[in-house]
Amino acid sequence: MDIVYTLWLRSVKRYTRSKSRMVGSLGMPVFLLLVLGFGLNSVVAIPGMEQGYIGFIIPGIISMSVLFTSMFAGIEIIWDKQFGFLKETLVAPVSRLEIMLGQTFGGATTAVIQGLMIFVLSLLIGLEISSIPGFLIAIVFMMLIGISFTAFGIAIASRMEDMHGFQLIINFVIFPIFGLSGALFPIESLPGWVRYLALLDPLTYGVEGIRYGLLGSSHIDPAICFVILSGFTILMVGFGSYLFRKINI
Amino acid sequence: MKMYAITVKDLTKKFGDFTAVNNLSFDIEKGEVFGLLGPNGAGKSTTMAMLSTMLKPSSGQAWVNGYDILKNEDEVRKSIGIVFQDPSLDEELTAYENMDFHARLYRIPKKDRQKKIIELLQLVELDEKKDNLVKTYSGGMRRRLEIARGLLHEPKVLFLDEPTLGLDPQTRNHLWDYIDRLNQEKGITIILTTHYMEEADKLCHRIAIIDKGQIIALDTSEKLKNDVGGDIITIVSSEKDSLYSVVISLPGISNIEVHDSSITIGLHNAEKHVAQIVNVASECGIPIDSISIHKPTLEDVFLHFTGRTIREEEASGKEQMRMMHRNRK
Repeated sequence: MDIVYTLWLRSVKRYTRSKSRMVGSLGMPVFLLLVLGFGLNSVVAIPGMEQGYIGFIIPGIISMSVLFTSMFAGIEIIWDKQFGFLKETLVAPVSRLEIMLGQTFGGATTAVIQGLMIFVLSLLIGLEISSIPGFLIAIVFMMLIGISFTAFGIAIASRMEDMHGFQLIINFVIFPIFGLSGALFPIESLPGWVRYLALLDPLTYGVEGIRYGLLGSSHIDPAICFVILSGFTILMVGFGSYLFRKINI
Repeated sequence: MKMYAITVKDLTKKFGDFTAVNNLSFDIEKGEVFGLLGPNGAGKSTTMAMLSTMLKPSSGQAWVNGYDILKNEDEVRKSIGIVFQDPSLDEELTAYENMDFHARLYRIPKKDRQKKIIELLQLVELDEKKDNLVKTYSGGMRRRLEIARGLLHEPKVLFLDEPTLGLDPQTRNHLWDYIDRLNQEKGITIILTTHYMEEADKLCHRIAIIDKGQIIALDTSEKLKNDVGGDIITIVSSEKDSLYSVVISLPGISNIEVHDSSITIGLHNAEKHVAQIVNVASECGIPIDSISIHKPTLEDVFLHFTGRTIREEEASGKEQMRMMHRNRK
């Protein structure tokens, strides 16, 4: 556990130290929140949503923030590989599982903090949360998204030689996961086959879970969301640690 | 049986068709400073990587501090400290935090941690800058920090992979003093790789000259130089082959070799014989472009054993590395 904590501590320290990254990664979500939220609020009506379209997408934007931050945090081990720091960790008498878990929890922590920042901003522009337990439920879902996608990022990074493939990952992995998740629209409104794709997207269950927590209603049962997302998290941590164990430097 | 710090037996590493390390065998005694000298791509770093359990050998065996590198990975890792060829610090952290991270990874108890870190930072004279971010450090400071970090968990064996690569001469001298002191005061066994002759000469008790993954000579620096045969006369001449045939018949010459643009003659009391050589050459009408006498260096030793200078090797060494890289993909 000490080792996991050590790796976690390093991630968090690095995160709190790079203010520019912290603010920088808020840019896109805030932009989407304001432009889509205010722009479409008066023209889009979603049945059963009391807080309008902007209320509807707030959980989606929070998920987006957590998704991006955690994926980046996972892929970041490429930098450690290139700058040599990974060697220092890998040659120590500790298991790779501990290193991987520390990195995962560290990344998830920073991702949840980013998500919470969006949450606080949302309160400022008028979000009314349904209840305190609901808020805690939302936090749980944010943590699950954070852990699973950091682990996924580590899995990808373990197979990458350098940062060249990064653009590819953003465009063909991260954006589709975000776009299909029902963060910006209700998945009921999708035509049949796209809807099935959305239901295959693990982030869908994260978004719906957070939506239930913050707004008190969702299209998918939160218990189902929790089970599916937890399953995905366990799978990703397993997958990530398997690939990380075989990493070569 | 004598206890060795490191025992290597028939160690081999292949990357595809390329054999990086070929049947290496040697022993390093406790408290010894042992040098692996060779051009880039000779297999030094690959050997280090195998001994530090970072890379699995294709075949062969090795023990570090009495532990098998294949069966007792964790024990080997606890016994060694490593300073890698490439930088391996977290630049976003301070020197103290880098040390603290290492101390925690090696499970140094909390009560000793701070004391040890400060002690070692004092040793490498970085204690006053311990709270500065590493990215503000110079190359020499980073190297010193890495050495301090490598010593934090009190390793029995310290691995230094090209410890002074890319440092200015002054910093290099400074580092040599540290390394020497570490060995003498703490009795740590040190194995270092280098392609600087001077470095190996100054620091190492014994030197293994490695070329193309094989040891071609292993002894103390003194004895290696004696192998060359006393002093060395280097003659540059356009007719080096005829010069060779003339000189070889002279008395007192221990060896003579023809190279690309020069011939080197190993002999004792070179000062006495140089006039004689010049005379013989001019009698036969062989032009001499330049002539020099010097005490043998490891450079000459390398030339003697491989027929090439270590500098000629640089370029082809890089070629080999590239090939290796390609094969690994």
